Amino acid sequence: MELHELPKPEDLVKDVKYRKLPEKPWMQEPVDFKPGTYNYPALAKNLKKVHMPNPREWHVDQQDWHLPDDWQEIILKGFKDRLEKYRSFRLFMDICVRCGACADKCHFFLGGGDPKNMPVLRAELIRSVYRNDFTTVGRLLGNLAGGRKLTLPVLKEWFYYFFQCSECRRCSVFCPYGIDTAEVTMIGRELLNLVGLNINWVMEPVANCFMTGNHLGIPPHGLVENWEFMQDDIEEITGIKVNLPINKKGAEILFVVPSGDYFADPGSYTFMGYLAVLHEIGLDYTWSTYASEGGNFGLFTSHEMIKRLNAKIYAEAKRLKVKWILGGECGHMWRVIHQYMDTMNGPADFLEEPVSPITGTKFENAKGTKMVHIAEFTSDLIRHGKLNLDPSRNDHIRVTYHDSCNPARAVGLFEEPRDIIRTVCKNFYEMPEDSIREKTYCCAGGAGLGNDENMEMRMRGGLPRANAVRYVRDQRGVNRLLCMCAIDRATLSTMMEYWAPDVSVGGIHELVANALIMKGEKKRTVDFRGEPIPGVEPDEEEE
Amino acid sequence: MNAWYSVFAALFIVLFLTLVSLIGVGPVGAKGIFGIYIPYLAAVVFFVGIVVRIIQWAKVPVPFNICTTGGQGKSLPWIKNDNLDCPHNTWGVIGRMFLEVFLFRSLFRNTKAQLGQGAKLTFASAKWLWLFGILFHYSFLTIVLRHLRFFTEPMPSFVQWISYFDGFFELLLPTVFLTDIVFLLAAGYLFLRRVVIPQIRYLSLPSDYFALFLILAIGISGVLMRQVWKVDLLQVKELALGLASFRPAIPQGIGDIFYIHLFLVCCLAVYFPFSKLMHAPGVFFSPTRNLANNNRMVRHINPWNYPVKVHTYEEYEDEYREKMKAVGLPVDKE
Ligand code: HEM
Ligand code: SF4
Ligand code: SF4
Repeated sequence: MELHELPKPEDLVKDVKYRKLPEKPWMQEPVDFKPGTYNYPALAKNLKKVHMPNPREWHVDQQDWHLPDDWQEIILKGFKDRLEKYRSFRLFMDICVRCGACADKCHFFLGGGDPKNMPVLRAELIRSVYRNDFTTVGRLLGNLAGGRKLTLPVLKEWFYYFFQCSECRRCSVFCPYGIDTAEVTMIGRELLNLVGLNINWVMEPVANCFMTGNHLGIPPHGLVENWEFMQDDIEEITGIKVNLPINKKGAEILFVVPSGDYFADPGSYTFMGYLAVLHEIGLDYTWSTYASEGGNFGLFTSHEMIKRLNAKIYAEAKRLKVKWILGGECGHMWRVIHQYMDTMNGPADFLEEPVSPITGTKFENAKGTKMVHIAEFTSDLIRHGKLNLDPSRNDHIRVTYHDSCNPARAVGLFEEPRDIIRTVCKNFYEMPEDSIREKTYCCAGGAGLGNDENMEMRMRGGLPRANAVRYVRDQRGVNRLLCMCAIDRATLSTMMEYWAPDVSVGGIHELVANALIMKGEKKRTVDFRGEPIPGVEPDEEEE
Repeated sequence: MNAWYSVFAALFIVLFLTLVSLIGVGPVGAKGIFGIYIPYLAAVVFFVGIVVRIIQWAKVPVPFNICTTGGQGKSLPWIKNDNLDCPHNTWGVIGRMFLEVFLFRSLFRNTKAQLGQGAKLTFASAKWLWLFGILFHYSFLTIVLRHLRFFTEPMPSFVQWISYFDGFFELLLPTVFLTDIVFLLAAGYLFLRRVVIPQIRYLSLPSDYFALFLILAIGISGVLMRQVWKVDLLQVKELALGLASFRPAIPQGIGDIFYIHLFLVCCLAVYFPFSKLMHAPGVFFSPTRNLANNNRMVRHINPWNYPVKVHTYEEYEDEYREKMKAVGLPVDKE
């Protein structure tokens, strides 16, 4: 579905009434696969590449999903396994009091009004089966105890709604017991995967990433070309040919970024930003073609897949004999790096505790994983005055900052990016309190949902974020939405095109590079997007 | 399940339980069963049930540290860490848990979303659930503690203090405990919001109403016992002390209403370990709250971590060696 096929923004959510609910009880309401609100199934070839069960051709809108005959057994067995392996899952099945505090915290409910997108009901979809099959009261009383059998319609409902959760964890901030519906979704998706129910927008990146190291399936020589292309762009803008060390053994630092940063605009401006900054400070670092992806769609598949895709980062750090690892501006990548990597693929005892070679700062907070976030790294550079900056080059940009879900609610990275932004740009305006920091709203395209076929749901789910952006646009003249996430840069761009067309989207290091005065640079007349900087005339002889 | 079906099913069960005890001690006269056997049984189910459930939880590993960060994490020395909403050490975790358990910190964040004209979304503060939740739990706690006066001789002084302060606001005679009123009001609010707010009504199950009705019934029977059909408290105390010292005996002449009250409490106790009421011990186990956000500092161990199939660099280089050499990338094997 394309944007222009959607109703006008003012009309999109006209039908949404939070307090108007279906007559029929939710357990009896079958799922309605409305085009524009669901995702296409994974192609068989992608499942085969990563050895996942039941590769086949199937269609969501057809009756028969070609499941294995014993699908119920498979799922219930997988269910039991996970109840015994994840205390989170077990506990979240047991203790929800259905107080509804999380109900209107989910962007998909706020923009879509479908009650099953209230986090509590999303979890109840699976909890009802838990009660029926795994609890004493449920076994005795069945439906009266809120239990229901795992039938095909229930399974279809799981598929629809677990791929309508972007695993943003906003609900877990508000729940009095910290019940994290994203965790429930993750396990729910794992179960679906056991019988071959997955979506292509997740499985294609997974398969590519497994084979080539990055989501887009770009082979090493393609990466070199692509990256050199950006090196040339930088030279055109600044007159400086920046370093581009690739697969360099013995470099001090390995740098890993999400592939979204070099795949398309506006991510590429951020990528160029990294190149410029790291060149300017003379960092001894290297890119890797094998570990050419920090993002990890395993997070949207299964815990096992997270581990399989993440393994390359430490492996490559070891092979290249670097001291520590630096990571780029990405959201879900940082959930994986921060909360899973060391546990799954560590310990990283072959690396050293990270110390900035430029400022001498020890990154105590990363002494275990040995991986530092570029915002931490750059804000430390700025703090020590190691970057020569001219923020006036960003005067034409009036920014606000979107906290991406994972850096916000899984890492707690709030101040570093803000410190950087305030230093490189004079016009920084925060969005309203309820929509930033730990309460930030999702781009509605995370967790594999940022595809075209799901466009209506994305634009609906984007309402709360867009609503806050429109507020600062109208009040403060904001024209740039900054974020620290590759998925955001792609999905927010579409969202802005729909909801707030005059606001562009970009990363932080793009603005850093705009402001960065590089040694020996030529007079800057255009910014890192190649757009003229207002008020700066090109010198005549340069023509 | 239809919302009204849920409400009435729950109501019916609670009325049925009330009736069971009414008939049981009245016409049938089985006071020994309702005064001695059932309470012992309920106590055993309650304690064993809770312990078993807690052991079940505790036995399940915590494979990953999935702390939900609600504030600035600990990072560079000049950046202030919010150690309560995003703890990086045990003290922070204790502080965070304290706020959750005693002040319902997360519930306090609650807001209410409203969608207006032109797709404008606004948020209003919504602290009623927090307020009545707090009132409900604290009055519940006070009432439970106050009941200790029946089981102890001499009474511990803190129990006396509670009763003293509570009765301080003598509203009616004989003393109506302030907490009783707050308790009934708060439980009543929790029920009303369940039926009045459409979303909550939509997602409520019979068990949600059941817990509330049972609690309300206990509260109401308790108040009736104090205000209307007064029972002889000395005799109640005799029974309670007998139970507590394992020399149970049924004193003569305690009104039937007391046995109803007691039976409903027993039902709650039996129900507790098998229900959502386990959120009380459960919150202490919640991995998004009880873990420090120190993931990159300290390695969290997953006891069932297992090797997985990966695509190694060697395989990768084998696939692309010639292409890599052609663009000048170094290779490990020529
Ligand atoms: C961290 C601590 C706790 C929090 C945040 C909490 C929160 C809540 C909430 C939000 C409800 C739901 C009210 C409703 O919508 O129906 C509830 C109900 C209840 N809680 Fe707690 N609670 C906590 C601890 C406890 C403890 C220690 C007990 C002790 C027994 C307890 C007993 C109950 C009971 C009996 C109900 C009423 C039944 C019901 O509404 O389903 N809670 N609690
Ligand atoms: S806030 Fe937590 S306890 Fe309340 S309904 Fe949502 S998940 Fe359940
Ligand atoms: S994790 Fe995010 S998308 Fe999923 S239910 Fe919670 S708020 Fe909604």
